[in-house]
Amino acid sequence: MPHDHLSPSGHPYRKDDDHPLTYWQQMEIAVRELLVEKGVTTPADIAAEIDAMDSRSPANGAAVVARAWTDPTFRKALLKDASAATRAMGFDIGALHLIAVENTADIHNIIVCTLCSCYPRNLLGLPPDWYKSRAYRSRTVREPRKILAEFGVTLPQTTTIRVHDSTADMRYVVIPARPAGTDDWSEQQLANLVTRDSMIGTGLPKTPGA
Amino acid sequence: MDKAQDAYDGRRWHDMGGEAAGPVPQDDHDFALWEKRVDALMVICSSHGLFTVDGLRRVLEDMAPEAFETMSYYERWIAAINQNLIEAGTYTTAELAKRMSEVAARGTTYGEASDA
Repeated sequence: MPHDHLSPSGHPYRKDDDHPLTYWQQMEIAVRELLVEKGVTTPADIAAEIDAMDSRSPANGAAVVARAWTDPTFRKALLKDASAATRAMGFDIGALHLIAVENTADIHNIIVCTLCSCYPRNLLGLPPDWYKSRAYRSRTVREPRKILAEFGVTLPQTTTIRVHDSTADMRYVVIPARPAGTDDWSEQQLANLVTRDSMIGTGLPKTPGA
Repeated sequence: MDKAQDAYDGRRWHDMGGEAAGPVPQDDHDFALWEKRVDALMVICSSHGLFTVDGLRRVLEDMAPEAFETMSYYERWIAAINQNLIEAGTYTTAELAKRMSEVAARGTTYGEASDA
């Protein structure tokens, strides 16, 4: 069916709207409309929830990590109760119980959800597709060094690797080790070194000058 | 490799930690609007107490392992959300069927069908 780039109501089509309608999209539209009609929610509430989701990104986690690197009191509070410490920074952590695990010279942490896709989404945004894949879910608890190698991370055999299996109610975030050569760096400069994968444990922070 | 033909080991299919599997797929995608809407509906439904994340997971886990291979993540989610809402009495299967027919009648793309 030919059409121009305006819908019948005059709104521009979103790029990803212009594909044949699938059965499950049909269901999503129907469920959403029924929820609105039944008074459970409103289109504005749904849009606001999507805006909130879009605003959550690894930059939030990076700010937490950078503060932990520069503020010993905050670091202590974060390791004691990450939900409370990040909430105090102004992040909407929701009901989930968040645990921060810290990498050191001898210990590397990596997080997974073997049962589904639990992820510190309120701090890092939605999980990448690979985090939800059968391969990552299955193998990370069995052969974490091989998984790390696939992500380009090779650690000395003397490094202890701790794998944390998340649950719906308990999520982890990795506090990577602060890169060397950053002693006089500001919190903002440090935050720029912190990648999403370094907070999942499948990566390391960027190094100065890299 | 076919788990269905193995002796039952006490675990259900979703409990896949420790199993052998291939390389981690590195491709990623940006979420489409309809996927974000599914996610938003889950957050809203649970915050309104209609059902919990455990209810979502129960339905996801009750899907056959084939669903994990043939349906995308948010396709499985909307199926699970719908099942929970029907169980909660939020709407009936008849209401759903009627609305889905109306949606399909609006057009052949997501954009057209979304435009009530």
